[in-house]
Amino acid sequence: MKKRIVATIAAAIVSTTAAAEEVKIGMLQGFTGPTESLVGPMAMGGDLAIQEVSDSGLFLGGMTVVSVRGDSTCIDAAAATAAAERLITSEGVAAINGATCSGATTAVVNNVAVPNGIVMISPSATSPALSTIEDNGLFFRTAPSDARQGEIMANVLNNRGVKSVALTHTNNDYGKGLADAFQAAYEASGGSVTAVAAHEDGKADYSAEVGALAAAGGEVLVVAGYLDQGGKGMIQASLDSGAFDTFMLPDGMVGDSLTDNFGDAIDGSFGTVPGTDSPGAAMMTDVAEGKGFNGTDPYVPEAYDASALILLAMQSAGSTKSEDFKSHVEKVANAPGEQIFPGELAKALQILADGGEIDYVGGTAVELIGSGEASGSYREVEVKGGKFETVTYH
Amino acid sequence: MDILNALVLFANYVFVPATAYGAQLALGALGVTLIFGILRFANFAHGELMSFGTMAVILATWALQDMGVSLGPLPTALLALPFGIAVTVVFALLTDRYVFRFYRVKKSDPIIYAIASVGVMFVMAGLIRVIIGPDDQSFADGARFIITARDFKELTGLEEGLAIRVTQVITIIVALAVMAVLFWFLQRTRSGKAMRAYSDNEDLALLSGIDPDKVVRMAWIITAILATIAGTLYGLDKTYKPFIFQQILLPIFAAAILGGIGQPVGAILGGFVVAYSEVTITYAYKKFLAYLGPEGWAPEGLMQFLSTDYKFAVSFIILVAVLLVRPTGIIRGKVI
Repeated sequence: MKKRIVATIAAAIVSTTAAAEEVKIGMLQGFTGPTESLVGPMAMGGDLAIQEVSDSGLFLGGMTVVSVRGDSTCIDAAAATAAAERLITSEGVAAINGATCSGATTAVVNNVAVPNGIVMISPSATSPALSTIEDNGLFFRTAPSDARQGEIMANVLNNRGVKSVALTHTNNDYGKGLADAFQAAYEASGGSVTAVAAHEDGKADYSAEVGALAAAGGEVLVVAGYLDQGGKGMIQASLDSGAFDTFMLPDGMVGDSLTDNFGDAIDGSFGTVPGTDSPGAAMMTDVAEGKGFNGTDPYVPEAYDASALILLAMQSAGSTKSEDFKSHVEKVANAPGEQIFPGELAKALQILADGGEIDYVGGTAVELIGSGEASGSYREVEVKGGKFETVTYH
Repeated sequence: MDILNALVLFANYVFVPATAYGAQLALGALGVTLIFGILRFANFAHGELMSFGTMAVILATWALQDMGVSLGPLPTALLALPFGIAVTVVFALLTDRYVFRFYRVKKSDPIIYAIASVGVMFVMAGLIRVIIGPDDQSFADGARFIITARDFKELTGLEEGLAIRVTQVITIIVALAVMAVLFWFLQRTRSGKAMRAYSDNEDLALLSGIDPDKVVRMAWIITAILATIAGTLYGLDKTYKPFIFQQILLPIFAAAILGGIGQPVGAILGGFVVAYSEVTITYAYKKFLAYLGPEGWAPEGLMQFLSTDYKFAVSFIILVAVLLVRPTGIIRGKVI
């Protein structure tokens, strides 16, 4: 018996010394709530980069890295704050990959990350409001702001020679934020928005909303909504009444269920979704192969890149303290330096250890601009023969 | 001045959709008014009864579609209607047997009935979500349009198109047929006369030998038939989603009260008044006025009385105004 106690104590001592060589990264995502179906693969993508770095044995002279999960939900800011608080104070994470939704992210940045001085990189919060948040240089995101999508949408319309549009958006933070950003960008570039009408999700009939928009006119109807919700209803009512037959579809509206529903009735409609033609996207698919998730799923490459940037910045700074490595995040993400793609993290660690420079490209062609957010690469799609087809990349 | 285009525009966005919507509301309000006339309480479970009936029709439609049965250009749901009606009638009678009869025997106040019906509403809503789920279900098949906006433009050479959907025409035809049969039943048949007598003066009707159980049973059967047809037409024309039947309860009650509660003709009148008010008040008249005005002129704003967000507020305003100004409704009905 005595021997066993001694052995247990010895084992405990050994394991704590091992833990000292271990860095923890918080994986703070919306595992429950409206984004639960998206988050499963995202978290796996984020964990994959951590695993890759840990397995390489090159991280800060052979330290291991583990991820600790926390549930930020999507709509409950208090739950997100509590989860982040737990990750930092009781788990002692060095940095956080998260949160998923804009509202939860804002709460965590304000209440937890900044007061505790912990670096946080969100893979999927797109609200324009996060660009101007007071973050002491601690908050970054690998997803572009919707303000950026608004500009891209304006560009796409201008390239197609569309001079006036009607605009409808789903009545929530995402819809309103994107609609405002788009309207500002489009009007600044000389286009005119004839009318803006919000629509509520989950109603049976959208003919009144469409009637108001049709009265104002416009060549194209911009639908900033959700493809399984009111966005679909708005398109249905427009087609039924013959009010609009061409639609501009931002990211929330692009998906197979839309084309399954309307088929070639919406031929000629076009949209924008985050996406890149950089070789990184294809390599992301290869890296994810056989890991139980798909490298092309929404925000999966962003999550991988968020983890990778955290760890590469630590390597570059030679420290896991947020205060030390926060200024290195943009350095490793942007040129100059050797380009790094998914699956090449070991190479990047080696270059940094040797004192070289890297330009992390990753799965989303990351380029951090402004206050530390992805510049954003978008794919322009068009409905042809009842299917979404890629036209070009922006 | 371009009166023709203005009229077509108005018909496309206001007249045709509002008429179909009005017919759906009228059928719903008829059910509410009948229950009020016979059983003397406001049946809040009526929306869910419509939803239940529609659900039964949808399930039968899917079964028919699986068997390869179709009506060609008409929706298969019409064929499934009798089945849905049968199920809903049984369901309504069971609800009466196990919930409302208890209060009838005790001669409870109408307010207790009404509260009990709220309970029934929640149970039904839960049951529906267990059976078919809370999601959108689309069950319309067959041809979608009689004439599309594009075809209409090519045919007439006008700038504005007029789209008429098959479901809109079916809604109006079926609603008219059902109303005709209902009035024939109430005016001409023995049972119908018994129901009217019971509604007018219960004690006198009982004295003259009318069987009250039979009258109540008839009322539930007719209500279930009306609810199933109204719900199915609404679902065909728009979409079926359990949640919306709670929303539609407000305009239906507004219609029943506006027309005069307990008055079938009033319910129909009320249904159309509410539907036309909702649509005309929230429609943006900019283009319409532009056609009527001088060439090249258009109003500055959208010329909209109320934003479409306030659509349901319109029925609410009507409801409050009627209760304040003329509590008996257009056709003198009972006062709640």
